[in-house]
Amino acid sequence: MTTSPTVHKPIEDTKTGQAAAGPVKWLDERIRLATLVKVFGRKVFPDHPTFLLGEIALWSFVVLLLSGTFLTFWFVPSQGEVVYNGSYAPLRGLEMSEAYASTLDLSFDVRGGLLMRQIHHWSAMLFIAAITIHMLRMFFTGAFRRPREVNWLIGVTIFATVIVEGFAGYSLPDDLLSGTGLRIAEGLMRSIPIVGAYISYFVFGGEFPGDALVARLYIVHVLLIPGILLALITFHLILVFYHKHTQWPGAGKTNDNVVGPPMLPIYAAKAGGFFFIVFGVTTVLSALFQINAVWNYGPYNPAEVTAGSQPDWYMGWLEGGLRIMPNWESTIFGWTFSWNIFVPGVLLFGVLLTLLAIYPFVERWVTGDDREHHLLQRPRNTPVRTGLGVAGITAYGLLWAAGGNDILAVWFHLSIYEITWFMRIAVFIGPVIAFLVTKRICIGLQRKDRNIVLHGFESGIITRSPDGEYTERHMPVGPAEAYRLSEHERVSVAALPPEVDENGVRAPVRRVDKVRAKASSFYFADVVNKPTREELEEAQHHGDGEHGEIEAGDEGFTGVTETGVPKSS
Amino acid sequence: MSDEDRPDELPQGGGELAQVGDPVPDPGLPEEFPRPTDVDPALERRAERQVVAAFTLATLLTLGFCVAYFAVPEDKTLFGFDALNFTLGMTLGGALLLIGAGAVQWARQLMHNEEIVEERHPIESPEEDRETALNMITVSAAESGFGRRKMIRNSMFGALAVLGLPTVILLRDLGPIPTDEELRQTVWAKGMRVVNDVAGTPIRASDLEIGQLVNAQPAVLVPTGNPQKDKAIGVLQGVELLDAKARAAVILVRMVPDEITPPPGREDWGVNGILCYSKICTHVGCPISLWEHQTHKVLCPCHQSTFDLADGGKVTFGPAHRPLPQLQLGVDSEGYLIAMGDFVDPVGPSYPQMERD
Amino acid sequence: MHLPLIRRGPLRRVSSWRRHRLAGFAVVLVALSAVGGVYAAFTPDTATADNSQSDLVQEGRKLFLVGCSSCHGLNGEGVLAGEANRNYGPSLVGAGAAAVDFQVGTGRMPMSQPGPQALQKKVTYTPEEISALAAYVASLGPGPAIPPDEYTDISGISQEQLTEGGEFFRTNCTACHNSVGAGGALPSGRFAPTLRGVTPRHMYEAMLTGPQQMPIFSDAVITPEDKRSIIAYVKAVEAQPDHGGFALGGFGPVSEGVVVFLVGMASLVAATIWITSHGARVTDKTAKASTDSEADR
Repeated sequence: MTTSPTVHKPIEDTKTGQAAAGPVKWLDERIRLATLVKVFGRKVFPDHPTFLLGEIALWSFVVLLLSGTFLTFWFVPSQGEVVYNGSYAPLRGLEMSEAYASTLDLSFDVRGGLLMRQIHHWSAMLFIAAITIHMLRMFFTGAFRRPREVNWLIGVTIFATVIVEGFAGYSLPDDLLSGTGLRIAEGLMRSIPIVGAYISYFVFGGEFPGDALVARLYIVHVLLIPGILLALITFHLILVFYHKHTQWPGAGKTNDNVVGPPMLPIYAAKAGGFFFIVFGVTTVLSALFQINAVWNYGPYNPAEVTAGSQPDWYMGWLEGGLRIMPNWESTIFGWTFSWNIFVPGVLLFGVLLTLLAIYPFVERWVTGDDREHHLLQRPRNTPVRTGLGVAGITAYGLLWAAGGNDILAVWFHLSIYEITWFMRIAVFIGPVIAFLVTKRICIGLQRKDRNIVLHGFESGIITRSPDGEYTERHMPVGPAEAYRLSEHERVSVAALPPEVDENGVRAPVRRVDKVRAKASSFYFADVVNKPTREELEEAQHHGDGEHGEIEAGDEGFTGVTETGVPKSS
Repeated sequence: MSDEDRPDELPQGGGELAQVGDPVPDPGLPEEFPRPTDVDPALERRAERQVVAAFTLATLLTLGFCVAYFAVPEDKTLFGFDALNFTLGMTLGGALLLIGAGAVQWARQLMHNEEIVEERHPIESPEEDRETALNMITVSAAESGFGRRKMIRNSMFGALAVLGLPTVILLRDLGPIPTDEELRQTVWAKGMRVVNDVAGTPIRASDLEIGQLVNAQPAVLVPTGNPQKDKAIGVLQGVELLDAKARAAVILVRMVPDEITPPPGREDWGVNGILCYSKICTHVGCPISLWEHQTHKVLCPCHQSTFDLADGGKVTFGPAHRPLPQLQLGVDSEGYLIAMGDFVDPVGPSYPQMERD
Repeated sequence: MHLPLIRRGPLRRVSSWRRHRLAGFAVVLVALSAVGGVYAAFTPDTATADNSQSDLVQEGRKLFLVGCSSCHGLNGEGVLAGEANRNYGPSLVGAGAAAVDFQVGTGRMPMSQPGPQALQKKVTYTPEEISALAAYVASLGPGPAIPPDEYTDISGISQEQLTEGGEFFRTNCTACHNSVGAGGALPSGRFAPTLRGVTPRHMYEAMLTGPQQMPIFSDAVITPEDKRSIIAYVKAVEAQPDHGGFALGGFGPVSEGVVVFLVGMASLVAATIWITSHGARVTDKTAKASTDSEADR
C-alpha cells in the first residue's frame, strides 16, 4: 500500500518556492490565484480509457487552432483569377482562383506547408471521429442523465457545428472535388421548399459558382465557428469540472463519491502527455498518408468532375442518403417539392440532431427517473437503450457505405445498381435486426452476470455424485466483483393506476399515461434483474455441500480465469 | 444528494437505488498494491532512465526537424514520397510522441499514484443561496418598477424586438433576388455555335463518329485572342464565364439514327443521329459525361442518376427526377453545328418556382 | 580393292558413320538444307511493301480463324447469338488496326469468359502476331489506324501542352477514370479501368476506337496533338511521387476515411488504454518472490 511521501517539505521552504514567492503573491493580490488552485488542484478524475475519448477531441481542437493559424498566413481566400506559376508543373500556366493557387503554394513552395495542410485536415477528421465515439460512449453508459442533460445538449450542438465547420474548411481551396461538393450543396439549398432559390442566391451572392463564396466561408471557418466552438467547449468543460466526472460502478465507488487520481500531479501529467500523443499521432499520420491531394483534382470548373466524388467521411452518410433515395418530386399548387433531395440532404440531418437532442428527455419520461446519476450504466444493463443505439449506428453505417457505393463497386467488382437497391432495403431492415440481436445479447450477458453473483464462476470441474448426477463446481466470486456486477439498479415496468380507485370513483387513465406504460414495458419488460438478497442467500445455502464450492488451494486448484478455465499454478 | 432524490416509494417504472447491501454489501475500496518501481529501486531507476531517454530522444528529433527544414531539398523523394514532408513529419511527430510517452510513463511508473476519494457535493445551490437569489431578484425587480410600469416594460421590449429587423435587412445585399429569366435561361441562343470544351474549335457533323462523345460549350465562352473583338461579340470571362458554363455546358453524342426514339415534337432536334444534351445533371448539378456508347446511357458519377439519351434523356435509375434537357441542334451555312435556341426545359437542379414561370 | 584406303585414310570416319542408325536422317537433313538453301539463294528478294503486307494479312487471317472467328465470324462479320440481335461478338468490319492493337495488345481479347466486360489479362499473342491480326482486320474495311510514333512519343512535351493536356483530361476523362486515372464504376458491374501502366500507344488507341463502353474521341474533335498532351499529362501524374505520403490508391475521401478509423483512431484508442492501464502490481506473492531474488543477489 503506497502512501503519499510522508515527508512533505512545504513548498515555501524549497528554493524554487522561495524564488517564486514574490511573483505568485503579486498575482494572487490581483487574481485570487490561491482559491483557483484550491478548487482545481486535487480534483479527482476517475481513470478509464473511455474517459479519454473526449480528450482526443479537445486536443485535436488545439492542434486545429495551431495548424490553422499557420495556414492563414499563406492562404488567400479569394476567387479572383490568377495564372499559376509555382513548382507544380502539370498545372503551370493555368488560370485558377487565388484560393487554389495559394493552396498549391502552401503544398509545394512553402517548406512544411504540405505537412501543416495535412496535419490540419487529418486532425479535423480525428476531431469529428473522436466526438462521434465520445458521444456514443455517453449514450451507451447513460452519462446524459441528470445532471448532465445540459452538457449533452452542448455536445450535440458541438457535433452539428463541427460537421459544418469541416465542410466549410475543405471547400476553401476551391478545388474540383470540394467544388463539386458545393455544387451539391447548392442543389440541396434549392430543394428547400418555397425559398430554396432565394437562399441559394443569397449564400452564393448570385448564380452558382459566383465569386463570393470562398471569402464568406473563410470568415465562417476561421472566425465565427471557432469562436462558437471555443465558447461551447469551455462551457462543456466547466460543467464536467463542476459536476465532477462520472465513474464506473465498483467496490468503494458510490453515487456520492469520485475515486481516482488527483488532478495534480498525475492527471495533469497524463492529460498533458496525451495532448502530445494526439499531436504526435496526427503528425506521423501526416508524414505517412496523403490527404486531400488538391493538385490532382485541379481547380474548380463546373463542367468537370472526377469519378469517385465523395465528401469527407463525416458527410458520407448524407451522401449515401442522396444516392439511395428514390427520385420523388412533386408539384403542389405550382410549387416544386424535390423530396428526392430535401429528405435525405436536409431533413435527415435535422432528424438525427433532433433524435440525439431529445433522447435524454424521452428516456426520463419513460423511466420516470429524475434522480442524479453519477454512476455509469454498463450497456448490458439497459438492453433497449443499447439496442436502439446499435440500431442507430447500423442505419448510419449503411448510409455511410451507400455514400461510397461506386468505390465499393470498383473494389469488390459489384454492380452499383445492386448495391443501391440493397442499401434501400437494408437501411430499414438492418437497424431492426441489429436492435433485436443486440437486445438479446445484452439480456444474455445480464443472465450471465446474475448467475455469477448467485453461484460464482464456472470452474469447468464436473463432479459426479454416487447417484450419477453430474454437477459443475463453482469458484466463489469475490465480494468486490460481486458488488460490481450488482451495483446497478433494479428496474420494473410502470404499472398503470387502476381506472377506478378504492372509493369507486372513476379516474380514467390519460392517453399519454397509456403510451408511457407501453413505452416502459418496451424498455423494461425483458430486462433480467439482479438477484435479491433472499435469492442470493438461498443460492449459497443450496451450494453448501451439494455442489461443492471450490476453495482456493483445493487439490492444487488456484482459481479460474474469467472464462471459467482453471488456472495452472 | 438531497433527500428528495432518495425515494420513499418506487418511482413509476424506474429503478431502485442500489440499496446498501442489496444483494451484496459494498466491500469498500480495494487494497492498492505497490508497483514494481515502488519496491525495487533498480526498476525505479530503469523507469527513470526510460523517461529521460524519451525526453532526450524527443529533443534530438526536434533538432533534427530544424536541420531537415533547411537541409532537405524540396524536390528530393524518399520511399516514393516527398523527402521533406516525410522527414519533417516523422521528426516532429516522433518528438511529440516521445514527450507524451515520457510524461505518461512518468505518471504511471514513478509518480505517487494512490487513488483518492472526493465526496460529491449537491449540484443545486444551497437553500439559503436560492432564497437570497430570489430575494435579490424580487427586490431589484421591485426597485426598478419593472412589473409596475407596464408601459415602460412593453415599449422597451418593443424597441429591442424591432432591432431584429435591421439585423436581417442588412443582409439583403448578400445576393440578388433571382428572376425567373435568370433561373430559366442560359447563354444559348439561336445560331450560337457548339464548340469543343477546352480547345474551343467548332464542330462539323462529319467530325463525329457513331459512338462518339464530345464535351462542348457555347461559342460565347471562347476567347478569340483579340480583346477588342471579344468585347464586341460579348465573350464572357472570369466569374461570368464560370457562371454561364455551370448551366450551359453540353455534351454531343452520335448514335445510329434508327436506335433513337425522339420525344414527340423533337424528331428534328438532332443532326444525322447527333444529339445535344445538357451536361448538368438534373439531380444536384454535377456534370455528366460518363457515356456508355453501347447502351446509350449516361451515368452521373455523383449519385448514379442514369439517363437514356436515345430516349429523350429519360431517367432510368437513380435519384434524378427530370429527364436530361435536350438542346435543339442545327447546322449553319459553313456546316458547323449550332444551337437552334435556348434550352426549353430547366437546366440543372430543380427549384421551387420552376413550374410557375 | 579400296579397303586399305578406307581403313586407314581420311574417309575411314565417314565410312564407319555410314552405318550409324541415324545416318539416314542425317542424309535427308543435309539434302533438305541443300535444296532449301539453294532455293532461298536463288529466289528473288521480293520484300516489297505490298507483298509483305499481304503476307501479314494472310498470316493475320490464319491467326484470326484460329483465335477470333468463333465469336467474330469467319470473315469478321460478327456473330449474332441469343435474343434481340445482341452480338455474340461484334462485327470487326471498320474496326481498324488500332482497335485490334489495343484489344489484343492489352490482353482483353481473346475474351476468356463472358462477363460484364472484357478484362485486361495476360497477352496471348506476340507483337508480330498482333501486327498480323491488325493488318487483317484493317483489310476488312477502312478504320482507325495505329497511331504514328510522333503522337505517342511524349518525351519533349512542352509545359503549355502538359497543362492543356490536364485540362482536356479533366474535361473528358476524369468522370469515368478519376483524377489520377485510378478508374471508376459504371452501371451493372462494368467499370472504367485504371490507366496505370497503360502504354501511350494503347491510350491513344483507346481514345480513338472507344473500346467497349468507352465513347469514341475522334481525331477530328480531339486532335492527335491534343491526344498526345492528354497522354503526357496522365503519364506525368503517374510518374510523380506520392506527395505527402501513401496515396492509398488515389480514391480520395473514402480511403482517407478508412485510414482515419483503422490507423488514427485505433492508435489513439490504444494510447488511451495504455495511459489508463493499471500496470503491474506487487502483490504479497510477487513481493515475496522479488525480495527472495533480492536476497539471492
